[in-house]
Amino acid sequence: MSDEQTLDLLETKIKELRELNKMDGIDLSSEIARLEAKLTALRKELYSNLSEWERVKLARHPARPYALDYIGMIFEDFYELHGDRLSGDDQAVVTGLARLDGTTVAVIGQQKGRSMEENKLRNFGMPRPQGYRKARRIMRLAERFSFPVITLIDTPGAYPGLAAEENNVGEAIAVNLETMARLRTPIISTVIGEGGSGGAIAIGLADRILMLENAIYSVISPEGAAAILWKDKERVREAAAALNLTAPRLYELKVIDEVVPEPLGGAHKDPPKTAAALKDALLRHLSELMELSPDELLKSRYDRYRGIGRYRTLTDK
Amino acid sequence: MAIFKDKNYFRVDLSKEPDESLWMRCKSCGELVFKRRIRENNNICPNCGAYFFLTAKERLESLIDEGSFVDISKPIMDDDPLEFTDTKPYPKRIEEAQEKTGLASAIILGSATVSEIPVVIGVMEFQFIGGSMGSVMGEQICHGMEEAIRRRVPFILVSSSGGARVQEGIFYLMQMAKVATVRTRLAEEGIPFISVMTYPTTGGVLASIASLGDVIIAEKGATIGFAGRRVIKDTIAEELPENFQTDAFALAHGAIDRVVPREDLKDELGKLLSLFVEVG
Repeated sequence: MSDEQTLDLLETKIKELRELNKMDGIDLSSEIARLEAKLTALRKELYSNLSEWERVKLARHPARPYALDYIGMIFEDFYELHGDRLSGDDQAVVTGLARLDGTTVAVIGQQKGRSMEENKLRNFGMPRPQGYRKARRIMRLAERFSFPVITLIDTPGAYPGLAAEENNVGEAIAVNLETMARLRTPIISTVIGEGGSGGAIAIGLADRILMLENAIYSVISPEGAAAILWKDKERVREAAAALNLTAPRLYELKVIDEVVPEPLGGAHKDPPKTAAALKDALLRHLSELMELSPDELLKSRYDRYRGIGRYRTLTDK
Repeated sequence: MAIFKDKNYFRVDLSKEPDESLWMRCKSCGELVFKRRIRENNNICPNCGAYFFLTAKERLESLIDEGSFVDISKPIMDDDPLEFTDTKPYPKRIEEAQEKTGLASAIILGSATVSEIPVVIGVMEFQFIGGSMGSVMGEQICHGMEEAIRRRVPFILVSSSGGARVQEGIFYLMQMAKVATVRTRLAEEGIPFISVMTYPTTGGVLASIASLGDVIIAEKGATIGFAGRRVIKDTIAEELPENFQTDAFALAHGAIDRVVPREDLKDELGKLLSLFVEVG
């Protein structure tokens, strides 16, 4: 039995006891309290010291909330907008307008599917060039009306395939970066699950970068790195560790601005609680960014990206 | 990483040929050719026209007016922010690449003239860890663009890169954002940016700075694409056409402005630059 199955079993047991407890003449509250304490302790033990690879698995957990789940829990009046106005409407990217605590914002999210059918529609969350161009269209729309842009990143990567290359996916990503660099309205990006390389950063150049606690952000998947760098597909754990892809680590490296806490066991254990924490963070950062004039905002965004990178200065010997 | 499958290119390290041999066999046509003739001919086989690989230095020499180059790169080199070790520690890889290429990093940056027009030019060195973009390349590209603005001269970037410097993880990814951000200043300042794509221009270099040229020229035989053949095959097992990610493919799908043979590249650049810049 896996650790997660043990936890699930305990949870079910507690639920059963609670049902029994409601019946006449049975008092199981001390037993329930005992099991709950045990569950909490076990969870803490299991999840407070997650390895990188375990976080990768949580970031990809099939029950993990996706962009539309968060959109439903965080925003009001979400009004979806479709199409890049050039050649199509990519369903791996959801875009629209919505209200965040009364303020109209533009929302751009990468959307995975749960069932096979949904995944066919959402292309497993791998955006095509049309998706990136739709996102850019919505960014421009947001800029026109000074709506802040909120992006939710959750993709294994940009869709790799013939049609993507034919539609010049490289240009689509590059132009998004250029667009976001100078967009005259606040941008907050949150990695909610998988931040898969160029496909993620294409909607991730922002004034604030947040990550959910168990989200990952990486140039390559651990599987890809294991195969290419270690020439051994089995060495994913090592690769995951070497890539420094977890939220706490990226915060330490000062690449992201905040780690948004998840419930023990991951976001899927309590989606509303996770959404509430994310909403709180978004509102906090947004209120800070709204204080800035567009020129100040652009300057601080410019300085942030101009200064990013780590290198050594050569001194004369 | 699988590289050099392209028929048009052959990796021939002329420096490794025994000194006494003045001749070498072209791997394309099989003819014995005089090595000096190849060098003088931009590393093109004088017999069959096949392209041999150019180092960044050779590329630079082939494009600019003789003796006009002045190194303006920042005195920096790759760090190891993630303390990354795969089959080999990253610092060791850097050291080996430096020894192999004689360069501090995967890019040469300088001022020069092309057909007497002053420019700032950056040239990537593919033999330096696949010309991959790490923090140093990102910084040098940005520094080059800023120098072009300061000097009010066009910026030329010759790409030859597999894309990601995986060993720098997130810092590589952020370089895509960084170079795209600084590129916007060239536009705001009215400084032309010519992107030259050579073999190969792929991954995050294609998906950032290389695709953002005001004009994009590809050298004949260049490979241009975002995701490599192997990634596509592994991910979606799709059959790919023969001409996939070739120069002709990129041109047909509107990704680039022109395909230019190596021997004409310098003249074309001069002509193009003269349309942006008043000469004389």
